[in-house]
Amino acid sequence: MLRAADQVGTGLAGIDVAGLSKAYQGRHGPSPALQDVTFAVRAGEFAALIGPSGCGKTTLLHILAGLIEPTAGSVSLPRRHPGRLGTALVFQGASTLPWMTALDNVAYGLRLMGVPARERRERARQHLGQVGLLAFSDAYPHQLSEGMRQRVNIARALATDPAILLMDEPFADLDEQNRLLLQDELLRIWQEDRKTVLFVTHSLDEAIRLSDRVLVMSASPGRITAEVPVPLGRPRDFQVIRQDPAYGALSARLWGELREEVLRASRS
Amino acid sequence: MKARIADRWLAVISPLGLLLLWEGLSRAGLLDARFITPPSAIGRTLVALTRTGELPYHVGVSVERIIAGFLLGSIPAVALGLAMGLSRSVRALLMPIVAAIYPIPKIAIYPLIIFYLGIGEASKVSIVALSIFFLVLLNTMAGVLGVDRTYFNIARAYGAQSIDVFTTIAWPGALPSIFTGLKLGMGFALIVIVGAELLGSDAGIGFLIWRSYQIFAIDVMFAGLLVTAVLGWLATITLDWLERRAMPWRTEHK
Repeated sequence: MLRAADQVGTGLAGIDVAGLSKAYQGRHGPSPALQDVTFAVRAGEFAALIGPSGCGKTTLLHILAGLIEPTAGSVSLPRRHPGRLGTALVFQGASTLPWMTALDNVAYGLRLMGVPARERRERARQHLGQVGLLAFSDAYPHQLSEGMRQRVNIARALATDPAILLMDEPFADLDEQNRLLLQDELLRIWQEDRKTVLFVTHSLDEAIRLSDRVLVMSASPGRITAEVPVPLGRPRDFQVIRQDPAYGALSARLWGELREEVLRASRS
Repeated sequence: MKARIADRWLAVISPLGLLLLWEGLSRAGLLDARFITPPSAIGRTLVALTRTGELPYHVGVSVERIIAGFLLGSIPAVALGLAMGLSRSVRALLMPIVAAIYPIPKIAIYPLIIFYLGIGEASKVSIVALSIFFLVLLNTMAGVLGVDRTYFNIARAYGAQSIDVFTTIAWPGALPSIFTGLKLGMGFALIVIVGAELLGSDAGIGFLIWRSYQIFAIDVMFAGLLVTAVLGWLATITLDWLERRAMPWRTEHK
C-alpha cells in the first residue's frame, strides 16, 4: 500500500507537510502544540483528520491556511492563481460575518481577491444556489438557522475556487439530523469537481462517511500516528455503507488507534 | 405586536400623567404657582417666547454648538479608537494619556478654554467636542477589541490587506459600541453645553436660563428646562434612527 507519507516531496501531493512543528510561547517556556507532523494529501483526495480535543488539529489547519507560522518544518501547497485561492478554510462554529447578507458573505473571499463586482455577484449566486440558499441571498445571518449559516460558510470557501479546501469541524455545532444532511450535501458538491479536502473532525463516523483516508493524530503535542484508508466506494450512501461489515471494522480500528490518545489527552 | 403598541402608550402615559398631577396640585393650591410654574403657564411662556423669536434663537445657537462639537469630537475619536483597537502599539502609546485625561470633568477645563479661545463659539464647540471625545474613543476601542477573533482570522485567511480588515471587520464589528459611545456622548454634550452657557455665554439655552434666574423669571427657567429635555429626547430618537440605518443587520434584535 502506498502511504501518503511516502509521497512527501514527490510533487504528487495536493498538500505536502514535512517535519512540521509548532510551539506556543507560554508562561513557563515554549509549549509544543505540533511535533514533527508529516503527511500528504493527494490532489483530488478527501482526507479526514481525527484526534483528541486540544491535539493541535486547528493549529495545523491554521498553519495550512497561512494564519500562523510554523516553528519548524515545511508546507507545500498549490499557489493561488488569479481568481482562485490556494487554500480556503471553513472555520469552526459561527463564522458568517453578521453584518453581511448571505450573498455578501459568499462573495467576501472574491471581494478580497479583487474580483469585479458583477462577476463576484454572479459567482456568489451560483455557489449560494449550489447549497440551496439562493432564496436567502439578502437574508442576514441572524435570520438563518445554524445549518444554513454553515452552508453559507461552505459556499464562501467554494466560491473562491480553492485548490484545497480546509474544513475545521464545520458541522460540530449542528444537531445530528442536520449534520447528516450537510454531510450528504458536501459529498454531492465534492463529487462534482473533486477538490482536495482536508477535513478535521472529532467524529469517527463523520470521518468514515466522508473521506478516502483518515489521518489519526496523537494527543498534544500532535503527531500523525496512523493513516487508515477507507475502503468504501463512491458515491456513498450512508444507508448502504452503514450495513457494510467494513464500516464496523474500520470504526473499530480507528477507535483502537484513537483510544489511547484520548485517554492520554484526558489525563494530561 | 400588541405588546409593542401597549409599550408605546405606556411611554406616553407616564410623562403626561406627571404633568397632569403637577397641574392639578398647582390648581388645588398645594404648589405655589409663583415658585413652581404650572405646566399650563410654562406652555404659555413657551408660546410667547417663540413668538418673539427669542426661544428659537437660543435653541438654534445651542443646537448648532452641539452638532458642530459633536462632529468635531466624534469623528477623530472614532478614527483613533479604531486605530487603538486594531494596533497593540498604538494602544500602548496612547492609553496612559487617555486614562489620565478621561476622568477629568471636562467642565473644569472650561475656564482655561475660555482663556485661550474667548467667550465666543469656538470655546463652546471645543468643550462639547472635548467632553464627548474620550467617551466615543474608549467605546470604539472596546468595540474593536470585543469583535470575535474568528472574524479577523476569516479576513486574513481570505487574503485581506490591512485596509480590508479595517473596512470589512473592525468598522462594522465596532459599530454597535460606537453608537453606544455616541449616545452617551450626546447626553454629555447636552449637559456640558448648557453648563458652559450658564458659566459664560451671551446666547443659548443655558444663557436663557441663567438670565431668567437673574431677573427672577421662573416660568422662563422652567421653559428652558423643558426645551432641554425635549432636545435630549429628539437627539436620542435621531441617533436611534441613524443606528438602525447604519446597522440593518441588527434591526430584528430589538
